[in-house]
Amino acid sequence: MSVRIPVIENILNANDRLAHENRQKLDMAGIFSINLMASPGAGKTSLIELTLRHFAEHYRIAVIDGDIASSIDADRAAAAGAIAVQVNTGGECHMDAVMLQNALETLDLAEIDLLIVENVGNLICPASFQLGTHRSVLIASIPEGDDKPYKYPPMYRGVEALVLNKIDLLPYIKFDLDYFRRGVEALNPGLVTFPLSCTTQDGLDAWLEWVRGGVELARHG
Amino acid sequence: MHELPVTENILEIVLRHAEQAGAAQVVAIHLVIGDLASIVDDSVQFYWEIISQGTLAAGARLEFERVQARFRCKDCQHEFTPVPGELECPQCRGIYLETLAGNEFYLAAIDIESKVETERVDA
Repeated sequence: MSVRIPVIENILNANDRLAHENRQKLDMAGIFSINLMASPGAGKTSLIELTLRHFAEHYRIAVIDGDIASSIDADRAAAAGAIAVQVNTGGECHMDAVMLQNALETLDLAEIDLLIVENVGNLICPASFQLGTHRSVLIASIPEGDDKPYKYPPMYRGVEALVLNKIDLLPYIKFDLDYFRRGVEALNPGLVTFPLSCTTQDGLDAWLEWVRGGVELARHG
Repeated sequence: MHELPVTENILEIVLRHAEQAGAAQVVAIHLVIGDLASIVDDSVQFYWEIISQGTLAAGARLEFERVQARFRCKDCQHEFTPVPGELECPQCRGIYLETLAGNEFYLAAIDIESKVETERVDA
């Protein structure tokens, strides 16, 4: 005879608990932190490079790069002036709270104003794993197509800001902005959105201003 | 495709509760998974058989209770199960939807055999 034991426990509880601890550490250190997610090639590393160059003289910035292999992104971040940490996820398709916790331990948090986590390029899995960062940001890009909100709803539901990159390609690619925006609005009403181009730097100022606002708020609490 | 870490979390929760309850063996595990949770049952099952080996929960049956997604339209109050890829109310074409069900992702219960009973059976 077997006995039934009620459990009722969220399966990702362990991750969420660690994410909460990460957040406390970041809060204590007065760091503004961003979890940057996107499909491969959307422009995560390019946006990070531009952000680093802009703030290099004002803020101390750390970048944690999650990739299944290689340190190409961390090398680019370091070259642009960041304290860079490469996390190889060992083939895993996303970063989780343990990986961020381990990476944070290698950093002197008192020396950092802004932390950018560059998640693994993937529109599915990173959405399920909270890291503990203050803001989750998704980069979509014009060549990916206007149907992505409809195909990857959890990712669009779970973010606090959206960057729409490569708007300089709009004249060359069939991309229905209204259709895209309608999908985003259905999943995440009122989501703050930054249409921009990392190539021409059009629209970049609004993004930089948003980042600056976050850093200043975290510093002066 | 993040079922491996998910399955590891399931094993961790199962073993913790099984040990607390003094289990000799875990017989079944009851999981509740909403259709919006992007988890594939077969994939969890596949990893489960590998990682549960040599534990109290080896060979335990995984029972999946699937919960259909349900949305309510904030404009016309119509309640419906969404068709994948569509993000609007089938009645009024409104796009402001409230999720009523479908995000569930939890372990509801485990069935165990306790040590005392096992000893009795052995005797």
